[in-house]
Amino acid sequence: MNASDLAIDVKNLVTHYGTRKILDGISFQARQGEIMVIMGGSGSGKSTLLRHLLGLHQPTSGSISLLGKDITQLSADAMYDLRKNMGVAFQGGALFNSMTVGENVELPLREHTRLDENTMRIMSRMKLEVVHLAGFENLMPSELSGGMIKRAALARAIVMDPRLLFFDEPSAGLDPVVSAELDELILILRDAMNMTIVVVTHELESAFKIADRITVLDQGRILMSDTVAAVRASDNERIQSLLNRTPRNEAINPDEYMERLTREIF
Amino acid sequence: MPDPLTSFVALVGQRSLQAVREVGYHAALLVEAFYWLLFGRWRRQPVRLSAVFKEAVGVGVNAIPIVALASFAVGMMLAIQGIYTLRTFGAEGQVVLGISLSVTREFAPLITGIFVAGRSGSAIAARIGTMQISQEIDALRVIGINPVRYLVAPLLAAMLLTLPALTILSDLIALFGGALYCAGELSLPMGIFFDRSFEVLVADDVIHGVLKSFIFAVIITLIGTANGFNVSAGAEGVGQATTRSVVLGCIGIILADMVFTFLMSR
Ligand SMILES: Nc1ncnc2c1ncn2[C@@H]1O[C@H](COP(=O)(O)OP(=O)(O)O)[C@@H](O)[C@H]1O
Ligand SMILES: [Mg+2]
Repeated sequence: MNASDLAIDVKNLVTHYGTRKILDGISFQARQGEIMVIMGGSGSGKSTLLRHLLGLHQPTSGSISLLGKDITQLSADAMYDLRKNMGVAFQGGALFNSMTVGENVELPLREHTRLDENTMRIMSRMKLEVVHLAGFENLMPSELSGGMIKRAALARAIVMDPRLLFFDEPSAGLDPVVSAELDELILILRDAMNMTIVVVTHELESAFKIADRITVLDQGRILMSDTVAAVRASDNERIQSLLNRTPRNEAINPDEYMERLTREIF
Repeated sequence: MPDPLTSFVALVGQRSLQAVREVGYHAALLVEAFYWLLFGRWRRQPVRLSAVFKEAVGVGVNAIPIVALASFAVGMMLAIQGIYTLRTFGAEGQVVLGISLSVTREFAPLITGIFVAGRSGSAIAARIGTMQISQEIDALRVIGINPVRYLVAPLLAAMLLTLPALTILSDLIALFGGALYCAGELSLPMGIFFDRSFEVLVADDVIHGVLKSFIFAVIITLIGTANGFNVSAGAEGVGQATTRSVVLGCIGIILADMVFTFLMSR
């Protein structure tokens, strides 16, 4: 694999919240134009990994290269330029509540370009068209349903035609039909715009449907990062239990157990 | 087991550390907000005039009725108390001097500051706190919009513009309230009241009050925004932040007033 084909290259990422280690030695890569799904149980560190990929936190150690630039070393100005090539759809949408849907979608254009009002409006309507929200630009976010909010957030994320798109839990909290439509949309975006897309999800079905490759996280470590077929065929116990939805019942280490119970008690 | 004294000392230490950290955070916020106001243009991220005007209407223009009412009442109250006290010396003619000085140097800036802190301090903390928990702040950052530049800088500018103006308005209305009472009680024509008032007042008195209002503007803005940004735990966190910003805002204003008056009157 040629290094210049890599849209994302994470090496040995270690992160903490306070003194608690959340991610431990994370390394994975995503090629240009592929859909990488980050999968794992609740609390496995998916959102934390995503927040680091977005440059919202500084990691304890390790490097994160996006489009060939190491964001842990980048100057504020260089990061500002890189952000024009990144789009993010947050789990809850994170639409600005004081703005209409249309104004939300236009905001990145307003901040990063010098286009005139009408051009911006046309471009934002084009993206709303892509996510099947044409005609909703004058509504406020509070007037939208859960699925519509996610699609509006997606429209805002792609309005600058970014080369990298991040999507946190597209199907969380949605009914199966709506979430299948979102999966469909993600595939269309990859094919039509050749975006590299990172999707964080805990939904197996959706992951297998859209992924080119899957990275499986478990308790802050990577279990595997490989093609869909390889993940399905894996004989790793934890992956199999994720796939079959069996509860984890690892043997308890008595010393660790005592340490957990008595920690921080003088 | 820790003995009570050690844990008390530890608690005091923790609290002091927290207070120092908080003051440091406010100072950093202030420096950054000024930085964006002055140099944002060169960093391709100007603070928009339209945003400043919008905030100025919210925190300044909309506060006119309540500040006017309070100022009128305070002016009248000062006249009542002044005449009552001075009558024991047979010096009720001096009431104009008393009202004029105490209104311009003390009461107008204080009343204006406290009312704006109550009205806008809570609103600012609630708005930014809500944006924090709905990930709107993160959304701003990933779009490449610095939250301090976008949310704090316009507000700071608006406060610095409107609070002094409101203070001067409060000066006039409080004097009017005093004049009205004196007209009834002492049969002192309003014209004469204002003539005498402007005779005793020197520019210094009014400037003294206006200078204070600049300090109050900074205090209200910083405490409101900082409490908003530090919200982490859901709706309850937003509630705490709003209460905290009003209480700390008012206390901050009164303490700053005391220190300023002490330093300036030496
Ligand atoms: N802001 C935070 N402060 C402290 N700990 C956090 C914070 N956010 C997440 N965590 C912890 O980090 C771990 C991973 O969380 P997260 O990345 O949200 O997992 P996932 O998205 O896979 O459910 C969890 O144990 C969680 O308690
Ligand atoms: Mg999550």
